[in-house]
Amino acid sequence: MDKSSNLSRELIGKPVIRQELRRLLEGKGCYVDDINLPRLCHVAFVRSPHAHAKILDIRIDQAMKMNGILKIVKGEEIAKICKPYMGILSHLEGMKSVPHYPLAIERAMWNGHPVVAVVAESRAQAEDAAELVEIDWEPLDPVVDEELAMEADSPILHPELQTNLCWERKIDVGEVDRAFKDAAVVIEENLRTGRHTHVTLEPRAILANYVSSDKQLEVWHSTQVPHMMHWILSHHFGIPESHVRIKSPDVGGSFGLKIHIYGDEMATVGVSLLLGRPVKYVADRLESFLSDYHARDHRIHARMAVSKEGKILAIEMDDIQSMGPYASYPRGGVNEARQVINLVGASYGVSSYRARTRAVFQNKSMYGQYRSVGRPIACLITESLIERAAAKLGYDPLEFRKNNYIPTDAYPYKLVSGPTIEILSQHESVDQLRELMNYDELLKEKEVYRQKGVLRGIGFASFLETSSPSSTMYGKGGASISAADTATISLLPTGSIFCTASINEFGQGAQTIAAQITASILNVSIERVRVVLGDTDASPYGGGNYGSRGTSIGGEAILQASKALKQNILEFASKICAVDTSLLSLEDGNVVYLDQNHILISLEDLARQAYFNHEKIPKGYTPELTVSRSYAQRDFDGVFTNGIQASYVEVDPETGYVKLLKHWVLEDVGVVVNPLLLDEQIRGGVIQGIGAALYEQCLYSDQGQLINGSLVDYLVPMACEMPDIVVGHTFSATKTSELGAKGGGEGGVAGSSAAVFNAINDALSPLSVFVNELPITPAKIIKTIQQNSKL
Amino acid sequence: MHQIEDLIEVKTMINGVMVHRQVPSRMHLGDFLRVEMGLNGLHLGCEHGVCGACTLLVDGLLVRSCLMLAAQIDGCKVQTIEGVVESGEAQMMVSAFQNKNAAQCGFCSPAMILTTLEIIKKPHRPTREQIREAISGNYCRCTGYQAIVDAVEEVLDQKESKL
Repeated sequence: MDKSSNLSRELIGKPVIRQELRRLLEGKGCYVDDINLPRLCHVAFVRSPHAHAKILDIRIDQAMKMNGILKIVKGEEIAKICKPYMGILSHLEGMKSVPHYPLAIERAMWNGHPVVAVVAESRAQAEDAAELVEIDWEPLDPVVDEELAMEADSPILHPELQTNLCWERKIDVGEVDRAFKDAAVVIEENLRTGRHTHVTLEPRAILANYVSSDKQLEVWHSTQVPHMMHWILSHHFGIPESHVRIKSPDVGGSFGLKIHIYGDEMATVGVSLLLGRPVKYVADRLESFLSDYHARDHRIHARMAVSKEGKILAIEMDDIQSMGPYASYPRGGVNEARQVINLVGASYGVSSYRARTRAVFQNKSMYGQYRSVGRPIACLITESLIERAAAKLGYDPLEFRKNNYIPTDAYPYKLVSGPTIEILSQHESVDQLRELMNYDELLKEKEVYRQKGVLRGIGFASFLETSSPSSTMYGKGGASISAADTATISLLPTGSIFCTASINEFGQGAQTIAAQITASILNVSIERVRVVLGDTDASPYGGGNYGSRGTSIGGEAILQASKALKQNILEFASKICAVDTSLLSLEDGNVVYLDQNHILISLEDLARQAYFNHEKIPKGYTPELTVSRSYAQRDFDGVFTNGIQASYVEVDPETGYVKLLKHWVLEDVGVVVNPLLLDEQIRGGVIQGIGAALYEQCLYSDQGQLINGSLVDYLVPMACEMPDIVVGHTFSATKTSELGAKGGGEGGVAGSSAAVFNAINDALSPLSVFVNELPITPAKIIKTIQQNSKL
Repeated sequence: MHQIEDLIEVKTMINGVMVHRQVPSRMHLGDFLRVEMGLNGLHLGCEHGVCGACTLLVDGLLVRSCLMLAAQIDGCKVQTIEGVVESGEAQMMVSAFQNKNAAQCGFCSPAMILTTLEIIKKPHRPTREQIREAISGNYCRCTGYQAIVDAVEEVLDQKESKL
């Protein structure tokens, strides 16, 4: 079987296609909404129409008369069976929040807050009945502006906290004042970034089935983190872990949306417990906008001091992030602020740094992690200052960066903000990018267009990305989120390999990556390897997928388990064939003599003996053909990756329309396991960042109403506006693992919005105007030109 | 005037099979095909006509099934991803998508495949820009769209080399 197929030795680093993709392409995928069980019922939610309001009375009598109605559940009833949760990370000094319940009790805290769960035989019947639930509201003053929220006369969302400030961190190191006094150039700016949401094409979805006879809760969940959900449902509903099973079937996009818990999903589980029947909830798109986690939404004031030699002397930065009404559980929801304050100026090792970040409660949708948490903001702040400083001093923007990067011999490098960077390849990345994009020619082309009066611009953004987080991210703060992953690998009787691991598949190709690594180490064809992920009854315990860790952490666990299995296979072969283990190796599905490449025994024959012919096995020896290994990255808070992106744009000053001409990415994720999967994942990330740069923003009225909560009004990038994206790599392997891979899931997002931002402002520079607010819509460009143009 | 719970008789050809059903007057075509017919390759992403995940062919034209009522397909021919896969029509495109890694989560993919199958029927070879334009009614959050354009070009190349 191996002769005709991919030989395995060099599978790591090869563009192996995803076998499992065919099923999805042919429409045979199985997402949560595709699963139906006998006696399945459906839940719809009544949500708050107000940003902030007291619930005076809820009347359900009319709704209860509707066809097919099974149950209507209010907040108090769910609260009786579900312990409240509070998303505080105890290692973040001073962080505050209050207990949070699945459904609103007494008060609704945002427009979209789930208040009542209506359960019926069909979703349509549940929605019909939900319309007849009557709630008497007393609207309260909403808190919808993060700066006003910090003023003394602002309403306070949680009176017991006496402040709307969830968390604050300050840094003041080095000689900041002196640097600004001595600087040849000071660049200063106020920036705003849009409030985003993930907009996974498959909305959030959960199917909970509590079988009361077994006291067993089985849940199909569109999630990145089955084991985190396993702990949470067990803990909050008081069901032993042994009686909870989470299965994550095909997941239709996640990007950090599906690492959180949601009140409506917790209530769905609660309803199943109350009814003893399977209950399904799939968010529709309009309620997705109202109830999915939001992210970004920062307001920043920053300035940079630069010497006349072009050295960055200091950065001063004040950031404020606009959260939802509660700290998000169980991940805190202040990681954006954490990353922003950690990473501003980090590429350059800026040592004089004064910074403050504040995370502020608002009457807006819940707030938390979205792909590349905080990094696009830190990148935007740093790189917009850099680009303007280089321009002002007349330096080439790439040389200016090289001149300031952390020196190549300074790694590991401890940032003044705390984290330590293991190794980067920033200088090399710049050199390769210059070549990849043929920068010198492009610059000439830009000038030719400018002579003709066409506004073209080139923008760069050097970025850092944290991957492979250690337990200092969450576990240290008390969150039950594993930083380790585990893999279990078996040799089956026919010589096939079974691999299961705690990482999860949601389209990024985890199954293929797992199969590649396993097949490489065991030296079998990839078709022999069966990979099963995403089922807490089948997969060993571990963190799942967040923070770019699937390949780098899960992959290392798989590598180590494969190595251990290989050793056991060779040892068993040596026992039954009476040959020294050191003379043996695995080759193309066989145990072979190392020196002669001569087959000793096939894996199939070997496995048959282990499983079916114990009489032939020496007494006192047991072959172990199932092996588990765990791995957690413990050397650093996270393993940093780096890269640089470039964007080439044309701006029409009459219409404000931005045409993206081309985009380049140079990224270093250490050892690349599969470039085919990685490169398009990077491109997808780039496009999400472009969405941030040009289109995406959740808009709230001054009364806290979400005013663009549909796909008609919240614009996402579509194919016709997107450029071709050229991807290149440098390679600095991490020594934290034997595999050497760093995380590659998020870097595309980290740098693209800043690159586009810089390119647009470069294009506008002949008009001496500067756009400082994302997303850069045509209206903002026209307004900026009209207000500020000196021409 | 029909009431929302009224049943309406529908006779339609779905993937070459005659179907005769009573459908609720308010049920949209996407729900009908998923819930009543088990055609789960059709996905619902927004149910307001933007994302394109529920795209299928009605009488040979690409339509959003969330913007049509099931009752409207009386007398029509409907083709879904299941139909073009079983007929073999999608074979080359599916392989090209797989080769180019033109999908990740796969939620947009069946509709994207149906849309791209229409592109390659055009008499003249479309440019990359025209391919991008043609798939611009189909939202994909995972890929950079580039691999999808590459996949369509691979099929166009294969077709040209066969001429």
